[in-house]
Amino acid sequence: MIPRILTMLVALVLGSAAAAETIRLAVTTSFENSGLADVLLPAISEDLGLEVQLLVVGTGQALRLGEAGDVDAILVHSRTAEEAFVADGHGTYRREIMYNDFVFIGPKDDPAGVAEATSAADVLKRIGVTQPDFVSRGDDSGTHKKELALWQAADLSPERFGPWYREVGAGMGASLNTAAGLDAYILADRASWLNFGNKANLALLYAGDAALFNQYAYLAVNPERHPHVRNDLAVKLEEWLTGPRAAQLINGYAINGETLFVFNAKPE
Amino acid sequence: MSDIYEGLVSAFWLVVTLDPDLVQISLRSLQVSLTALFIASAIALPFGTFLAIRRFRYRRLAISLLNALMGLPPVVVGLIVYILLSRSGPFGVLGLLFTPTAMIIAQVIIITPLIASITHQAMRELWAEYHDLLISMNTSSGQRIRTLIWDGRRNLLTASLAGFGRAIGEVGAIMIVGGNIDNATRVLTTAIALETGKGDFALALALGFVLIALAIGINICIHWLSRTEREGRW
Repeated sequence: MIPRILTMLVALVLGSAAAAETIRLAVTTSFENSGLADVLLPAISEDLGLEVQLLVVGTGQALRLGEAGDVDAILVHSRTAEEAFVADGHGTYRREIMYNDFVFIGPKDDPAGVAEATSAADVLKRIGVTQPDFVSRGDDSGTHKKELALWQAADLSPERFGPWYREVGAGMGASLNTAAGLDAYILADRASWLNFGNKANLALLYAGDAALFNQYAYLAVNPERHPHVRNDLAVKLEEWLTGPRAAQLINGYAINGETLFVFNAKPE
Repeated sequence: MSDIYEGLVSAFWLVVTLDPDLVQISLRSLQVSLTALFIASAIALPFGTFLAIRRFRYRRLAISLLNALMGLPPVVVGLIVYILLSRSGPFGVLGLLFTPTAMIIAQVIIITPLIASITHQAMRELWAEYHDLLISMNTSSGQRIRTLIWDGRRNLLTASLAGFGRAIGEVGAIMIVGGNIDNATRVLTTAIALETGKGDFALALALGFVLIALAIGINICIHWLSRTEREGRW
């Protein structure tokens, strides 16, 4: 019986099939959770015959993957970090693709009165006064960086907050789960929120300030730094992502009748 | 409670309809964990037996270390394997990061000490029984190890199955070195973590039930194939 088990094992090991042309793209959790990837990837494979392997991580880790040359390109949303990435020579340029927006989520009874706020800074000031539970991503992701920038714009610094400010150090979905469990406030991107399945007692309380816009950019990893990256494929993918088919799919993507993304890539 | 019920119902439908995604990630889970188990057993069974029969200077230290390594945190193993296999790391040229091979490497590191340690415990007792016989027959150490492994195969099966259990249920390390890429490195445990993140508890639970069923199934299969616990012999 031992040979029989061995044969089974060998069959399993050899069973892994080889794929055609593949490119590794690091994307943020918010992009993956929005469900847009499920629309774009089949179209890319149809038009370009290219299999895009997505690594879903926070913006911080996505940039690290790009710096190490472990992926061919990245799609993230944190402008200052992206510019630093290019300035350090890890990428040659950044190309803006589309944007969506961040929204404030909180308990339906809204103890901090966030729904009546007049701006994003006003939302945070109200939260700073009432001090209800607030969940922060705390994982150096694009959303986390945005949240910190917003606190700064509201003249508040999270380091000095009490235990009501909870840094969970997790992805968007896990953080939303925590907020749902605690009945806490949280900053989320609209796409992740609409696609989130465990809304519990939470509701969308504030959106619409221009400060909450969330620009996604595409950065190909510098082939001079990492000769093994498939820059040819990365450029091909960039052309597709900034082209008419992508524009139509991105602008047309909606959940429950709400469009999520606005395509804003400029032709070269 | 309704989440658990919904999870059971959707698990049932996923299995009955042979959902292609489910079949694919389940097969990949098996491929990764069984390969890791095979490699780890090939290392750990002889090594654990060797530790039981040979007396050498640092034996006690080696055994304590082995026992401590049973509790090796998978996340740390994942991180170390990740750094080693990264393009900017020492083994970067191999291009193994984010492939099933990387996941197998991480799992081998995690389960080898566990299997070796259980093997050592089992073999120590068997060696006490066989000691005089094997010594009097003037056997070489290779022959002794082979004899003990063959005669102690039931115990070794338990050791290997414990390793398999740890491998198939492991998520921390393979998430880091595999990257949970759809159609490439997604396995049951990482898919469960992903669906939990999306707040889709029903699907996450369904995958969880499939994982548990798979682990039970494999255990029963291996016992059946190796004919343990049968009447008249054991």
